[in-house]
Amino acid sequence: MSDLKKTLPTEYMVLNMGPSHPVTHGTVKFLVTLDGETIVDFVVDIGYLHRGFEKMCENSTWEQVFPYTDRLNYVPPMINNVGYALAVEKLLGIDVPERNKYIRVIASELSRISDHLTNVAASGLELGAFTAFLYFVEARELVWDMLESLCGARLTSNYVRIGGLKNDLPEDFKDQTTAVFKRCRELWSDVDKLLTKNRIFIDRVRDVGIMPPDEAIAWGFTGPCLRASGVPYDVRKANPYLVYDRMDFEIPIGEKGDNFDRYLVRMEEIIQSMRIVEQALKEIPSGPINVDMPEYRWQSKDDIYNKIESLIFHFKTVTEGIKPPPGEVYFAVEGTNGELGFYLVSDGRGKPYKCRVRPPCFPLTAAMPRMIKGSLIADVVPTFDMINMIGGECDR
Amino acid sequence: MNVTLKKLKDSFPDSIIDTHSFRGDDTAIVKKEHIVKICEFLRDDDDLLYNFMMDLTAVDYLGREPRFEVVYHFYSLKHNRRVRIKAPVPESNCTIDSIVSLWIGADWFEREVYDLYGIVFKGHPNLKRILLYEGFEGHPLRKDYPVKERQPLIGPKN
Amino acid sequence: MSAGQEEGIEKVLGNSVLLTQLDAIVDWGRKYSFFLYPFVTACCGMEFMSVAGPRYDLDRFGAALPRFSPRQADLLMVVGTISHKQAPILVKVYNQMTEPKWVFSFGVCATSGGFYDNYATVQGIDTLIPVDVYVPGCPPRPEMVIDGLLKLQEKVAKEKWSDWPRGEALVSKKGR
Repeated sequence: MSDLKKTLPTEYMVLNMGPSHPVTHGTVKFLVTLDGETIVDFVVDIGYLHRGFEKMCENSTWEQVFPYTDRLNYVPPMINNVGYALAVEKLLGIDVPERNKYIRVIASELSRISDHLTNVAASGLELGAFTAFLYFVEARELVWDMLESLCGARLTSNYVRIGGLKNDLPEDFKDQTTAVFKRCRELWSDVDKLLTKNRIFIDRVRDVGIMPPDEAIAWGFTGPCLRASGVPYDVRKANPYLVYDRMDFEIPIGEKGDNFDRYLVRMEEIIQSMRIVEQALKEIPSGPINVDMPEYRWQSKDDIYNKIESLIFHFKTVTEGIKPPPGEVYFAVEGTNGELGFYLVSDGRGKPYKCRVRPPCFPLTAAMPRMIKGSLIADVVPTFDMINMIGGECDR
Repeated sequence: MNVTLKKLKDSFPDSIIDTHSFRGDDTAIVKKEHIVKICEFLRDDDDLLYNFMMDLTAVDYLGREPRFEVVYHFYSLKHNRRVRIKAPVPESNCTIDSIVSLWIGADWFEREVYDLYGIVFKGHPNLKRILLYEGFEGHPLRKDYPVKERQPLIGPKN
Repeated sequence: MSAGQEEGIEKVLGNSVLLTQLDAIVDWGRKYSFFLYPFVTACCGMEFMSVAGPRYDLDRFGAALPRFSPRQADLLMVVGTISHKQAPILVKVYNQMTEPKWVFSFGVCATSGGFYDNYATVQGIDTLIPVDVYVPGCPPRPEMVIDGLLKLQEKVAKEKWSDWPRGEALVSKKGR
């Protein structure tokens, strides 16, 4: 047998897991150099969904940027909206009313639940666990029904405004939440029973895609993938924004940094997010949701139709945009993949001079070769799934 | 909060051009030749320990000289602090040293800045376009590139 | 069958009633068994997952099975924004599909570029490949997608033998 190895010529094969592939969530190309089934070299090629977010933002007013932020990480669109609004409010130096902060927390956490459900569903689907996909898509539909009753759209919400929100919570929101979360918890425990102790699932994801913690920091990891490696960094705890410092929740930390830990971290975060929403709904105060500054947030239609100053401010802010002071800020929120940062540069005009998004899954995708070299080609699927690379965010 | 800026000014008095803290964000504008030394100091000094290179981007100030500014954001996990470092880059000498040797994650961020702004990073292992296709002409995020310019790879121009 | 259709075929082939009925049966089979190729790129992919999910079920219309190989699929659903970097791949996948094949433009970015009127986005995939159904929306609600699929089924039911083959996508030639 060993003689055969010396005489048999073998070559490496370059396989193209192309941009249109069921497992690459839309738009990434992997050039995999294989020795049999072992990966020898791995090159990642992104940019197939580059839609020019920054350039479009520079040509729109500060308020008109919200729909573009929806489509960045399009699975939890509210978090992007909230992050951008908070960054602009930091630039303006204004603070929103209390009720507004609670509603923003509720919206962010519902979006986070939706993203983690989608990620685990898609991972299950791609590893062959179709039932988990169906259960979590059902749960996600229920959460999307709640988001729809909140803002009118299932996916691209465009709900948050600078200094306010589009509208207040609907009346029966709390009852809806109780019913939906009860069903979500049932579905969660179903999928947990299906996957967490499943021999096949564990064999596919355990000890695959390991990233040690100090290397994870050097690569720029943040979010669930960093917490799965054992580094306890969550922007909600480290630099609390909105009302997260009053909420009682835990952040799950993994041990090894492999795909199984990432899956467990995400599953646990769903439960913690549900806790946060329930607490927020219990403690939410009544009051206004928009800040009372007509030069930044236009007032109610009653005022606009009856008072001349409101009308003038409304006209100016819609046609020319709000005018923040010149300067630059960076503000980070905890997105579902990690630290979602907005770096805004203003020159005093109605349009942003620069609106940069720090994409959390960009360094995660860059580190794919480090995590996957030496493994088998079948390990690309769970590793790439658990990173949760979303094309809209990575390529913008 | 101003611990970082004070330490930077003390250790590199001739590299720092300006500092400010607009809205609580500590910012230092440094000379581009000393960027690697400064970033290494930020990462390794015991009082600072900025181990996360969070973001690397550039801004085009058309009409101002120097035209570009490469912006770095750092975060220290232990001390829970953030700092922003900006390095002006003139258009005539549109290069700056790469910090890939300090943080491997800066690799793709620098490729993106090269792709969209045209700033060359010296010492980068693989400086190719990342978000746009290989034969794309121009650097779209520069202020003089029109937003509605059409450069299709295949198909008609519309 | 409409009167015009029968006249057309009979002129070509003479009084051949059997051909019309075979047409009808083949079209009936084709329209109720689409094998999708979901060319998913962006946000509309989430709505696609919902449409294929348990609540808005695509399986009721026979279009349940996604086939991830162009050779085995006949309905190319272009879901999401197509950038200029992605465009050659879309055309290649379209050309690799065997005929008969239909194209379903899902979402306003595939239909006309959406609100991304810039240097990087293809302003509508009909500049690259022929499209059969356009479903606008950002993202379209699942009911709209099902409506689009039903309209496509009506279109397929009216097809004739002479419609196929059509050939490659005419992208390199200007002024299609």
